[in-house]
Amino acid sequence: MRRFFGGVIAAGALAAAALFGGSPVLAADDTIKVGVLHSLSGTMAISETTLKDAMLMLIDEQNKKGGLLGKKLEPVVVDPASNWPLFAEKAKELIAQDKVVVVFGCWTSVSRKSVLPVFKELNSILFYPVQYEGEESERNVFYTGAAPNQQAIPAVDYLMKEEGVKRWVLAGTDYVYPRTTNKILEAYLKSKGVADEDIMINYTPFGHSDWQTIVSDIKKFGSTGKKTAVVSTINGDANVPFYKELGNQGVKATDIPVIAFSVGEEELAGIDTAPLIGHLAAWNYFMSVDTPENKAFIEKWQAFTKNPKRVTNDPMEAHYIGFNMWVKAVEKAGTTDADKVIDALPGIEQANLTGGVSKMLPNHHITKPVLIGEIKDDGQFDVVSRTDDLVPGDAWSDFLPGSKDLEADWVTLKCGNYNTKTKKCGGQGT
Amino acid sequence: MPFTFIVSKALRFVLTLAFLVFGAIAASPARADAVDDALAGFTTDKYDDTDKAIQGVILSGAAMGGAIFDALGAGRLVFDPQSKTVLYKDASGALKLAKTGEPAPAELAGKPLKTVRLNNRLRRAVEAASGAFELRSPDRAKRIGAAKAIFKTREPTALPSIEAALAAESDPKVKEILTQARAAIVVGKADAPEADRAAAAATVAAVGDADALAALTNLPADSPPAVSAAAAAGVAAIERWQSVANVVQNLVYGLSLGSVLLLAAIGLAITFGVMGVINMAHGEMVMIGAYATFLTQAFIADHVPALNHASLVIAIPVAFLVAGGVGVLIERTVIRFLYGRPLETLLATWGVSLILQQLVRTLFGPSNREVSTPEWLQGSVEILGVSLTWNRIAIILFALAVFAALQLLLRRTSLGLQVRAVTQNRRMAGSMGIRTARVDALTFGLGSGVAGIAGVALSQIDNVSPNLGQSYIIDSFLVVVFGGVGNLYGTLVGAMSIGVANKLLEPWAGAVLGKIVLLVAIILFIQKRPRGLFALKGRAVEA
Repeated sequence: MRRFFGGVIAAGALAAAALFGGSPVLAADDTIKVGVLHSLSGTMAISETTLKDAMLMLIDEQNKKGGLLGKKLEPVVVDPASNWPLFAEKAKELIAQDKVVVVFGCWTSVSRKSVLPVFKELNSILFYPVQYEGEESERNVFYTGAAPNQQAIPAVDYLMKEEGVKRWVLAGTDYVYPRTTNKILEAYLKSKGVADEDIMINYTPFGHSDWQTIVSDIKKFGSTGKKTAVVSTINGDANVPFYKELGNQGVKATDIPVIAFSVGEEELAGIDTAPLIGHLAAWNYFMSVDTPENKAFIEKWQAFTKNPKRVTNDPMEAHYIGFNMWVKAVEKAGTTDADKVIDALPGIEQANLTGGVSKMLPNHHITKPVLIGEIKDDGQFDVVSRTDDLVPGDAWSDFLPGSKDLEADWVTLKCGNYNTKTKKCGGQGT
Repeated sequence: MPFTFIVSKALRFVLTLAFLVFGAIAASPARADAVDDALAGFTTDKYDDTDKAIQGVILSGAAMGGAIFDALGAGRLVFDPQSKTVLYKDASGALKLAKTGEPAPAELAGKPLKTVRLNNRLRRAVEAASGAFELRSPDRAKRIGAAKAIFKTREPTALPSIEAALAAESDPKVKEILTQARAAIVVGKADAPEADRAAAAATVAAVGDADALAALTNLPADSPPAVSAAAAAGVAAIERWQSVANVVQNLVYGLSLGSVLLLAAIGLAITFGVMGVINMAHGEMVMIGAYATFLTQAFIADHVPALNHASLVIAIPVAFLVAGGVGVLIERTVIRFLYGRPLETLLATWGVSLILQQLVRTLFGPSNREVSTPEWLQGSVEILGVSLTWNRIAIILFALAVFAALQLLLRRTSLGLQVRAVTQNRRMAGSMGIRTARVDALTFGLGSGVAGIAGVALSQIDNVSPNLGQSYIIDSFLVVVFGGVGNLYGTLVGAMSIGVANKLLEPWAGAVLGKIVLLVAIILFIQKRPRGLFALKGRAVEA
């Protein structure tokens, strides 16, 4: 089935190459077009609008530095309106009609999955800036957000070591990212000797707003005397009522800490954080990190948005890294041609905003530091732990039976899912 | 790590006690240099140094220990990064020197002071350190809090200070809690007499909450039979009570969810139920109400801060008027041309809803706005093992009040009479001299205004974002159709039964499956009774 699909896509790519192959060079234009594919309306607008603004700022800044290859960059912004099939349509429009040479975009995994065939077929480049569940590595996609081993696993390690947590609540929204992440975490916790009855897994629908039962269940689960923590992959709007209920029912961070993977500065802007002090979040960037690069970035951002209170967040930093890596790769390749840029990207290094240098890896993921922050009363995070070195992103989790034998390497193996056991490309373990 | 943690925690308690017992008896003046050394640890802005400073303050026997830990826990302990002076703000905000408790010199007050930072580990250390101080606090509530905290942690090293506090205590309520805390420790203490431990088990069991259950189930395995038996009896009693309390709790949660549904649906019960307009923009009226709350609160905070605690109450009429006004506008410009054409109304109001959403997104930005919760709505109360948050209780009462007010309006006022007359027979009402167009506009405005009021309540439990309304529109239609179109009592009963059924299903089916099961059940029910729970009878229905 997979192979058949591959065949279809290859045929499609050939057809596309025949149709469009003639003119990949946009020499006639004096601008280089950069696509921005983020929802500006609908449910995801809350998170994605910020990223669109961040991209505009980065492009603007590059133009002030003289552009790229002697040309100005021109942003092309489209609105896929939080509608997954529309993402694919808009991606096609960007690449085929507007002739953009690279696209920065998507937030949810389902939107990324929706545009994948388009990027393969039309052979373009997508930079994806959000932390995700892994289990994927595509030739046309560069993942600048965290893979599970760059966020979820270190977060759990921190709680085990620093807080002595023995009992775990894995709470998430019911869709692919939390389900896969929780599967990985469950396997990881069991490998560390956590018993079945000490793990409680709970899923809720998107936008869930009545958390009374679940919070009181968590309280009960945590009152056995063993130290309990909640690992939250609750997404988007559901977080605010969840944290409000936690605060009101008196679940304090010193009793049952909650560590979240989807709650950042932006999400906290809608809540009174006083009852939440000490709850945690794991990211690769926090606005409160005190480095000169970050300070400059925040100043530029607040000046660009003309709002001195505007916050920055982790996916913005991912776009910052991704965009600069792309610029460097284009300069190295001397062209914006997709194939040459894709080949040039692995190995490119770019200083991140937290004081390290991130590197694009052959599996199209990047190296990132892992930071754990505690919520402060001003809605910012206090960094309580950070990894000594940057952690390389692992596309295929080592804790899932199907994926631990898989490896992604687009430099030597030229394959996104090479099976180290069967020595074949394209073999999902199961 | 947990072992060392317990040891360090225990050590800290011993130190605290040592200070309390010896320090107090000898009344030795605190060694000044030791206090200075300890306080210096607070000024390096490193967690490990802060930890050492906490222990240092305990060891040095600083007279200000209680005040320092109080301030540290509340984020009021500050230091001057230049002179390394540690200061604290007391509860009234006055700046004082940490070492002596004297008012801070004026030249320090104007400086940029840094707050001493805490993480969870340190917060627990502060709680443990201040617990022993607080057992002797003159403030009754603090003594109760400290005793309850010890009941929860069952920290064996706290026993001597509990016993000392018991002997000195005169307040019967505090005494009772101290006795319980003592029992929670004694029941697991291997070297205590067996009879004492069995009696302690009974005392703990009588408390009957989750902490008591934890104390009784975590007894050492080699406890003597009398103790184990008493504990087992206690566990059985608590569990029996908890299974009852669970059902009660789920019922109450169900009523609370039901009242949220009622609030969201009751405006729709008028526009859709009474007028028959399929109003897809209903959710956006709720959203507008929530944003009106946000604006009211911001305005009051800026201009009349004295009214801050009442801003939610003031927001109720504001939200009603704003949402009602928007409703009248929509009725006059769109809906009045579409009466009797349900499909066009559906599409037109859907369009209106998208326009309103994007308008709010453009005006206020896509991210959430913070509507703060006044103090009197924060926290929770525990009644017989069922914990209820104040804001939920307030919403239940508020929903019922809105329902009653609306009933009164429709049944007892001339506007209500006209509304009913027009919806039952438009032409007849017109012939009787009722200005039907005006009544239509007012009715739609009323429904929208009530939705706006719902927005005030929902701003307390949900996001204030442009998407707020979308999450309630489907539930609202469900409630109105299930309850019976055109019948306000049907909406009340419908909302409450859906809420309770949802919460009873959730514990065993999970939130996702529970919702699906409920939806299927409602579809089947409507198949059987297309007019809902309380069907309107008579000719009006056929018309």
